[in-house]
Amino acid sequence: MSLWQKHAIFEKNSIILTVGIVVVVAIGGLVEAVPLFYLKSTIETVEGMRPRSPLELAGFNIYVREGCYNCHSQQIRTLRDEVERYGHYSLAAESMYDHPFQWGSKRTGPDLARVGGKYSDAWHRDHLRNPVSVVPGSVMPPYAFLERTELDFRHIADDMRVLRATGVPYTEEQITRAQADLTIQATQDDPDVDGFLERYPNAVARSFSGRPGRITEADALIAYLQHLGNQVDFKLYDNKANIR
Amino acid sequence: MTQAIAPIKRMTFGEAGTATVLAALTFLFILIGAKAHTSGYAFHALLFAAASAWGVFKIIDRFYARPAALPPREINGWPNYNFGPVKFGTVAAMFWGVAGFLVGVIIALQLALPELNLASWLNFGRLRPLHTSAVIFAFGGNVLIASSFYVLQRTSRARLAGDIAPWFVVLGYNFFIVIAGTGYLLGITQSKEYAEPEWYADLFLTVVWVVYLLVFLVTLSRRKEPHIYVANWFYLAFIVTIAVLHLGNNAAIPVSLFSAKSYVVWSGVQDAMIQWWYGHNAVGFFLTVPFLAIMYYFVPKLANRPVYSYRLSIIHFWALIFIYIWAGPHHLHYTALPDWAQTLGMTFSIILWMPSWGGMINGLMTLSGAWDKLRTDPVLRLMVVAIAFYGMATFEGPLMSVREVNALSHYTDWTIGHVHSGALGWVAYISFGTIYCLVPWLWNRKALYSTRLVSLHFWVSTIGIVLYITSMWVAGILQGLMWRAYTSLGFLEYSFIETVEAMHPFYLIRALGGILFLTGSLIMVYNLWATVKYGEATDEETETTAAKPALAPAE
Amino acid sequence: MTTYQMLAEFAQTWGMLYFVGIFIVILVYALAPSRKKGFDEAARIPLRED
Repeated sequence: MSLWQKHAIFEKNSIILTVGIVVVVAIGGLVEAVPLFYLKSTIETVEGMRPRSPLELAGFNIYVREGCYNCHSQQIRTLRDEVERYGHYSLAAESMYDHPFQWGSKRTGPDLARVGGKYSDAWHRDHLRNPVSVVPGSVMPPYAFLERTELDFRHIADDMRVLRATGVPYTEEQITRAQADLTIQATQDDPDVDGFLERYPNAVARSFSGRPGRITEADALIAYLQHLGNQVDFKLYDNKANIR
Repeated sequence: MTQAIAPIKRMTFGEAGTATVLAALTFLFILIGAKAHTSGYAFHALLFAAASAWGVFKIIDRFYARPAALPPREINGWPNYNFGPVKFGTVAAMFWGVAGFLVGVIIALQLALPELNLASWLNFGRLRPLHTSAVIFAFGGNVLIASSFYVLQRTSRARLAGDIAPWFVVLGYNFFIVIAGTGYLLGITQSKEYAEPEWYADLFLTVVWVVYLLVFLVTLSRRKEPHIYVANWFYLAFIVTIAVLHLGNNAAIPVSLFSAKSYVVWSGVQDAMIQWWYGHNAVGFFLTVPFLAIMYYFVPKLANRPVYSYRLSIIHFWALIFIYIWAGPHHLHYTALPDWAQTLGMTFSIILWMPSWGGMINGLMTLSGAWDKLRTDPVLRLMVVAIAFYGMATFEGPLMSVREVNALSHYTDWTIGHVHSGALGWVAYISFGTIYCLVPWLWNRKALYSTRLVSLHFWVSTIGIVLYITSMWVAGILQGLMWRAYTSLGFLEYSFIETVEAMHPFYLIRALGGILFLTGSLIMVYNLWATVKYGEATDEETETTAAKPALAPAE
Repeated sequence: MTTYQMLAEFAQTWGMLYFVGIFIVILVYALAPSRKKGFDEAARIPLRED
C-alpha cells in the first residue's frame, strides 16, 4: 500500500469519526424533541387562549429585553405548595404563543405565571419605580426608566407578521390594525375599544401607567403582567382529559 | 541559495478572497447601520463595519510585511507549528476570565445590596447574562480554542491548516464575544439562557464555527501520526455538537434586516425542551467534553506518563456523548413538559454518572506512581483538584436530577451552587492549569515566574470556592424548605419575601467567596505577566536537539 | 394515547436492545486484544517531544 493510499484512509477516519459523533449525538435530541410536535397530548385543549395584543406583545418584549427570566419563573409546578402559593399549575397551552418561552430556571423573585390581576396597576407602577417602597426587603432592581421612556411601536406589525410565520394565529386584520389597537388598549375609554375587544377577547384597555396621553414602556410591561395567567378558563378545563 | 528560487510575491486566494468579502461587507454594514431601527443595532452594525474594514487593512498590511513564500509546513522534517493564534487565545482567555469573574462579583453583591443596581444598563437582569457569557464563552471558549489548536498540532505533528483561517477563528470568536456582551448591556437579547445573543451574532458565530471545524479537520487530515489521539476525539465532539446545538436552539426569524429583534421559531413547551436540550448540553459539550480533552493531554504531559487506560477513554467517550444529550429534561421536572420526557431526562442523567466517573477515574489514576508530583508541582495539583471537583459535581448532578430531589432544589440557589462547583472547581481550575502550562511553552520560558504564587492562587481561590458552594447549598436548601413549609393549621408558613430576606447573609458570604476567587485570578495574571517579562528564555536549539534522541525509540 | 403507548413499548423493547447492542460493539472495539498495541502507541503521543 502506497503512502498516498494510507493517507487517504486516515483522512476518511476523521470523517468517519465526525459522522459517528453526529449520529450518536442526534439520537437523544430527536427522540425527546420531535414527538412533542406530533403527540397531540403535549398541548392541552383549553378555552380562552388567544395571541397577545400588540401592547401585551410590546410588554413581553420589554420583559425579554430586561432579562426578567433571570430571576422570575413563569411555570407553576404540580407541587402542593406551589399551587397554593401561585395558583393552578401551569399548562403547556398557556405558553404556546411565547416565542421564546419564559418558564425561567430561578426564583430569586416569585413566580409570575399568574401574577395578572393580583395587584393593581398603581401597585405595579410603584413597584417598578422603586420595589422596596411596596415590598420592603426586596432585592429587585428599580425600573423607573420604563415610565420615562416612550414606547417605540412603529414596527409592531412586523413583529406580529414574523410571529404569524412561526405559527401564532394572528389574522390579517389584527396585523394591519396593530398600531391603532396598541393605542386603543393603552388609552382610558377609547371610543374604538369595542372593535379592539372583539379582536382580543378578555383584553383590558386602560391607561396602565396612569398618565393619559402618553404610552410608555411601563404601560406595555404592566399590560403584559396584568394579563399573565388569567386567559385559560379553568371552569371549563377538564383535568382528566389531559392526563399525559 | 534562497535567492535563486525566490518565488514571485502574490496574494494567496485566502488573502485576496477574505479581503474582498470583508470590503464588500463593510459597505453592507454601514448601510444597515444607517437604516437601523434602534441605536443599539446601529452601534453594532458600525462595529461590524469597523471590524471588517480593520480586517481588510490588516490583511493588506500583513501581505506587504511578509516574505514571498508563506511559512512552510515543515522545516528540516520538523513540523513548523503555528502558535500565534494560540498565544492570542491564551491572553484573551485571561482577560475575559478576570472580566467575567469581576462581573460575577458585581452581580453577587447586587443580590446582597440591591442599591448597586445603578443604571438601566447595569441592572442585574442585563449583567447576569454578561457574567455567564463572559465566563463560559469568553473565558472557557478562548481556553478551548487556544488549547485545541495547541494540542491538535502537537498530537498530529502538523502545522495548523490555513493562513488566514486560524486567525479568523480566534479574532472572529472574540469579536462575537464583544457583540454579545455589549448587546446584553444595550438590552439586545433573545432571553434564552446561555444563548442570549441575537440572530446576527448567532449567524456570525456560525460562520466562525464552520471555519473552526474546517481548520480542525484539515489539520487532522495532514497529521503524521497514524492515530487520532483521544483528546482530539473530545475536541471534535465539542466542535460538531456545539454547532448542532447552536443551530437547533437559535432557529429564529429576524423582524427585519434593520432590526436586532428576532423571534425564535419554537414556542412554549417545545421551546422549553429545545432550550434545555441546548442548555444542558452547553454544560455537557462546552464545559465537560472539551475540558476532558485538556485533561487527556495535559495530565499525562505533567505526570510524564501515558493516560491510565486508553481503552477506558474510548468507552467513556462514546458513552458520555451518547448519554449526555438526553439529560436536558431534568431542568423541567413537574412542569408542563410531558412526563415521559421528564422520565427520560432523569433516567439518562442518572446513567450519566457512570461515564462521568469513568473519565474522572482515568484522569486521577494517570497519576498512580506519580502522586509525589502533587507536592512539588502546584500546576498539576490544580488539575488534579479540578478532576476531583468534576467527580463531585457529576455526582451531585445525577442526584439533583432525581425528581423528588429536584422538587426541592429547582428554582433555588442550590442549582447556582452546583453549577459553580463545576464551573469554578472543574472548568476554571483545569483552565488555569492549562494556561499555567501554555504560557511558558508558548513564550519559550524555562519555567513559571513563581510556583509559590501558583500555590497562593490555588489556596486563595479554593477558600473562595468552598465559601461559594457551602453558602449556596445552605441558601438553596433553606429556601426550598421555606417555600414548602406549612404551619400546624395547614397554611403556608412563609411569604415569599421572607424567603428572600433569609438569603441575605448567604449572599454576602457568596460574594466574599467570589472576591477571593477574583483575587486569585489577579495573582495568576501577575505571575503570567512576570513569566513572560522576567522568565529565563529556553534555548530553542538545545531543546530540539535534546528532544530528538528521546523521539527516536518511539518512532 | 395509543400512539404514545406504541412508542413507549417500542422504546422499552427494541430501543433498549439497540442501545445495549451498540454498547457491546463499543466494548468489543475498545477491549479487543488485537487493538492493544495500537492503543498503547496512541496513548504515548503526548509524551513524545519534537
